[in-house]
Amino acid sequence: MSLPEEPKIRIQNVSYSYGGQPALSSVTLDVPANAISVFFGPAGGGKTTLLRLINRLNDLVEGTQMAGSILLDGQDLYAPEVNVTELRRRVGMVFALPLPLPGTVRENVLYGPQLAGVGDRTIQDEILMRSLTQAALWDEVKDRLDDPAVALSGGQQQRLCIARSLALEPQVLLLDEPTSGLDPISTAKVENSLFQLKENYTIIIVPHSVQQAARVADYAAFFLMGELIEHRPGNEIFVTPHHQRTEDYVTGRFG
Amino acid sequence: MIRETFERDLQRLQDETLILGSMVENAILESVGVLKRRDVEGAKRLIAQDRFINQKRFDIEEEALVLIATQQPMAVDLRTIAAVLDITHELERIGDYAKGIARISLMIGEQPLIKPLVDVPRMAEKACDMLHRALEAFVTQDVVLARSIPPEDEEVDDLYNQVYRELITYILSDPRRIEGANYLLWVAHNLERSADRVTNICERVIFTVTGEMTELDSDTGLAGLS
Repeated sequence: MSLPEEPKIRIQNVSYSYGGQPALSSVTLDVPANAISVFFGPAGGGKTTLLRLINRLNDLVEGTQMAGSILLDGQDLYAPEVNVTELRRRVGMVFALPLPLPGTVRENVLYGPQLAGVGDRTIQDEILMRSLTQAALWDEVKDRLDDPAVALSGGQQQRLCIARSLALEPQVLLLDEPTSGLDPISTAKVENSLFQLKENYTIIIVPHSVQQAARVADYAAFFLMGELIEHRPGNEIFVTPHHQRTEDYVTGRFG
Repeated sequence: MIRETFERDLQRLQDETLILGSMVENAILESVGVLKRRDVEGAKRLIAQDRFINQKRFDIEEEALVLIATQQPMAVDLRTIAAVLDITHELERIGDYAKGIARISLMIGEQPLIKPLVDVPRMAEKACDMLHRALEAFVTQDVVLARSIPPEDEEVDDLYNQVYRELITYILSDPRRIEGANYLLWVAHNLERSADRVTNICERVIFTVTGEMTELDSDTGLAGLS
């Protein structure tokens, strides 16, 4: 199994530093479409930094320096003409802790589309149902759409945040340890929904454990101290890693 | 855990094990058929085909390892995958016995057999029938079926003992038949060992379902020596 030829995202020679401290060193990596890619490795490896760079979330962080380029469908994300708001509609992001907005389940999901000018009730209902279904949450909340979002369980809140990202029909979904605060059953539900979503989306996830990395990865990239050590299909890297440092990490010898 | 995908992969692993099982069954039956027909070309073909059995076993093993590494299976799932690793090993060895019988066919070459084959094909049929049902017990997780098969090994052992005694009689009556008798004795031995390995498969089925490691040994007479 080799990497497909037309990647959704091309990360080319990206280096990044915070106040002179290098966080990423010359990372080059292709992210295939319609698959789950995993960035994993010990803390401080640069995986979250890279995820944030794909969404230009570090634009306002002071004292940072970036070199190299990140292409989405061949377009440089850091080119001056790129509209960042537009970019973030194409690239959704979900964080470690579910952050539902004040308001109902419905308002949470429709917040983005309404800001984008979707006022038609029928279209809103369609978006609501589609997003919640894709996030594997519809069956659990379809009778509670007007309940406050904070009344949902932690696992439901996280899937609500995924639904909120999906409501804008992004092409790429970035998830930074999306299940770190969830129990195993909720984790399984989130992982299951990701698995269904990959049919239509390009997904990148920073998992909260090697086990989760192994479970969900179609492709996995191992990061260590800002360097990309190894990037291969998940069913290879967790069985026969090529690099000793990957082997040592996945077998729990460090990290 | 992505349960649905895992279920599908686990099912595929069991299906592949069944396919390997039927490849091995065919190899055993064909090895005796080739011997009976004095089919030298068929014997060569069987020897060459053993590599497909070996390759299938490696493929299944690799899939099993990927499942263990990526899905962290527990309890019955883990026992099923462990059983697949064991059972495919047993199947691969039974495949080697078939190849061994085909080799003996080649060694006998064009010479006539020292006696017509009667009990040897019966051993092969019985062993394959047991194998078929043992694999059925595995995929249906049927402990009762798994327990009922090993006692039938006695039938194969009895046939083996009978073939042995008969061949000794041939040797005693004419020492020039030692070589020919020895060849057939090896064939019978391979078939007897094949049936023994079916018992091991049944033990794995019981382990998969109950978690209990049991010995279902039923070797009697000469068959118990090896």
